[in-house]
Amino acid sequence: MELEFTTRTTFDKVGTRPPRPDGTDKVTGRALYGADLAGADMLVGKVLRSPHAHARILAIDTSRAEALTGVKAVVTRDDFPHIGPEGTVKGEVEESVWDVARNVMARDKALYEGHAVAAVAATSTAVARQALKLIDITWQVLPHVTDVDEAMRSDAPLVHEDMITAGMDPVPEEPSNIAEYRKVEMGDIEAGFAAADVIAEQSFRTEAAHQGYIEPHACVASASEDGLAELWCCTQGHFSVRDMCANILGMDLASLRVTSSEIGGGFGGKTTVFLEPVALLLSRKSGRPVKMTMSRDEVFRASGPTSSTSITARIGATRDGRITACDATLRYQGGAFPGSPVGIGAVCGMAPYDCPNVVLHCYDVVVNRPKAAAYRAPGAPMAAFAIESLLDDIARKLDIDPVELRLKNAVKEGSSSVYGPTFGPIGFEECLETARDHPSLEAVPGPNQARGIAAGFWPNFGGQTSVTVNVNTDGTVLVSLGTPDIGGSRASMCLMAAEELQIPYERVKAIIADTSALGHNDTTGGSRVTHSAGLATIEASRKVIDIMKRRAAATWDIDVDAVVWDQGCVRPSGANAGDHEPLTFDAIAAMASATGGPIAGHAEINAEGAGASFAVHVCDLEVDPETGRVTILRYLAVQDAGKAIHPDYVEGQYQGGVTQGIGWALNEEYIYGSDGVLQNPGFLDYRIPVASDLPMIDTVIVEVPNPGHPYGVRGVGETPIVPPLAAVANAVSRAIGRRMTETPMSPPRILAAIDGTS
Amino acid sequence: MIDVRLGATLRSMAGGRQSFPVEAGTVRQVLERLQGAYPELSPVLDQGVAVAIDGRIYRNSMLQPVPDGAEVYLMPRVAGG
Repeated sequence: MELEFTTRTTFDKVGTRPPRPDGTDKVTGRALYGADLAGADMLVGKVLRSPHAHARILAIDTSRAEALTGVKAVVTRDDFPHIGPEGTVKGEVEESVWDVARNVMARDKALYEGHAVAAVAATSTAVARQALKLIDITWQVLPHVTDVDEAMRSDAPLVHEDMITAGMDPVPEEPSNIAEYRKVEMGDIEAGFAAADVIAEQSFRTEAAHQGYIEPHACVASASEDGLAELWCCTQGHFSVRDMCANILGMDLASLRVTSSEIGGGFGGKTTVFLEPVALLLSRKSGRPVKMTMSRDEVFRASGPTSSTSITARIGATRDGRITACDATLRYQGGAFPGSPVGIGAVCGMAPYDCPNVVLHCYDVVVNRPKAAAYRAPGAPMAAFAIESLLDDIARKLDIDPVELRLKNAVKEGSSSVYGPTFGPIGFEECLETARDHPSLEAVPGPNQARGIAAGFWPNFGGQTSVTVNVNTDGTVLVSLGTPDIGGSRASMCLMAAEELQIPYERVKAIIADTSALGHNDTTGGSRVTHSAGLATIEASRKVIDIMKRRAAATWDIDVDAVVWDQGCVRPSGANAGDHEPLTFDAIAAMASATGGPIAGHAEINAEGAGASFAVHVCDLEVDPETGRVTILRYLAVQDAGKAIHPDYVEGQYQGGVTQGIGWALNEEYIYGSDGVLQNPGFLDYRIPVASDLPMIDTVIVEVPNPGHPYGVRGVGETPIVPPLAAVANAVSRAIGRRMTETPMSPPRILAAIDGTS
Repeated sequence: MIDVRLGATLRSMAGGRQSFPVEAGTVRQVLERLQGAYPELSPVLDQGVAVAIDGRIYRNSMLQPVPDGAEVYLMPRVAGG
């Protein structure tokens, strides 16, 4: 049942910028991350990874490793319970358990360089590393493919010999690396292009980019002889970790308790499991706690980057700038397993625009690379790179201001979305107008400088959320959340609880509870938490108010209908309520024991009503024609937040997404050798932007309230990474006079474009 | 009567047909009756779908009322980062 509400527009606490509750611990180094946890008699776990991009595992001999002094357990594929593709799934699992299980530990084949093939638990890191060298594997090296276009060829090496493309009519008779084909179609594409006066068409490629979180994956597992187990890990979703581990290891959900640590970044990459089932298995086998921590090298080689893509797109428009048609073929590789975000990416690319005729051909492709994981607005930045680049080309052909072109075609309330439903209140036009009128656009680009404009979209969603609001007898409040805080959610929940309860923000604290303390919580991701956990926090807080009103009414011996909640107090109301001094929040909390016991509000909900999010970015940059180096001069991110609960965090999300997007646009890429081995698995050769690379990123929070939330909240974390690839590309292209079609737009690639050799 | 339509990303999974009328009062009834009346929708329904009612997307709310004449779209469930 949905919470009944009218969306508020005036606030006392919400919208202010109090200090972040996790700030002190993080800046003093006191905060405990995944690798900071330790247990008595703890062992060190290490993983042996495939040196080959594609190889059949003919035999694994662990006898020499097991004989090494200090080695307490060795696990391989043979130690995992058998599950097949049709296995029964327990709990809330969004991914294929079979695929994740095979990614956690290779079975018949290693499917990419870095694929786990064995693991050891030993008394020290040195012994564990030595033991890995003593594991003998008999390989049959197979041909490999890492490029998405090459993988689609009929003569490409097959990653899975039995994979038949889903979604094809007729069903193909031969296997291929195309896991699925999807066609998005609306209107009459031929008529749409026939009505166009101008057409822009290009092929684009984007390389895989890693989420680049600073904290590597880490966990501590402790399994006991009675079948129970505990796990501490850095994750975006400890309930999902519990459910996935339980499925992979054949455990009951109640037998595994998972606690999430502080998290040093996730961005989608910590929404699945890698080490956790292995650590649990090693602990079960050794009878001792086991800690596992990935090195940075392992993070790059074995945990998901996003997809690399190949996109061909065409957009037609009338002379006055109305988009008439768009068709595109989008090919996304999902690494060694199906599940690339091509479908959602495709529709996000065109979602900002009211285009009547659209055909999108979407191919989900497997290659010999690590299994792709979610990365902020999964799939959308790549499609937006293509669509927004073509729109810029159309604007130039028609000599129309790129913001005005987008305003002419912007979706608004009542527009049909490209994915079907009619939009409710949305803020895309407001974002465009805000960007157009922003003072930073008054700057006139100089020589070798140019401005790039691009827009972005993410639909957002809600999901299962469970929150408890406990009132202590001193009037302080503790909010227990089940959604790991990756973007300031503890502060936001404290603000929303304080707003509802009408008590000072400083009187409210929030923690992330473990999986035994709350009902299921979906993973923190998809920009869902401020909306969903906010809904639950508000509902739980309102239950607290109901309880307090009943306690006060009972104390005064009057009917509960004769009291009101006002300014953090219960007051009598009405002619027959009597003359009673108001009871404050603190006073009612203090007499909880005497009036019925502890006061707590709970909310266990499946949050719906998420509001779509739009952004407009403006990038001013300079290209050095001698070296191809790009300097970002100014960057403006405008985005609709619905209502910013804590504006610092919202602006931080905008700036963080922009920073990651600029890195993806200019520098970041997975570079593979001809042997299928990753050449740059470290931050020295995989260059992410640092503070000195960027100017202060300017932000504007637009607030068009989402009617699906009592305060109007829209998720904000995904959308900021959608426009930057195109915004940077459009600026570089205008600066050098040639269309950039590939990321990263590294200096050699820009010089090649300038020279006309790309 | 509810005229259930397939979101653009699902249409190719059901032979291109876009409109599927059913009598239903909740999301659960919509999905059950679609399953019974339109076998060609099995590939769509078996993968799990979100339901958009008058523009608001319900990811997994079987008990959600569906007003008669509402705009109803079936869509893939979105995940995110």
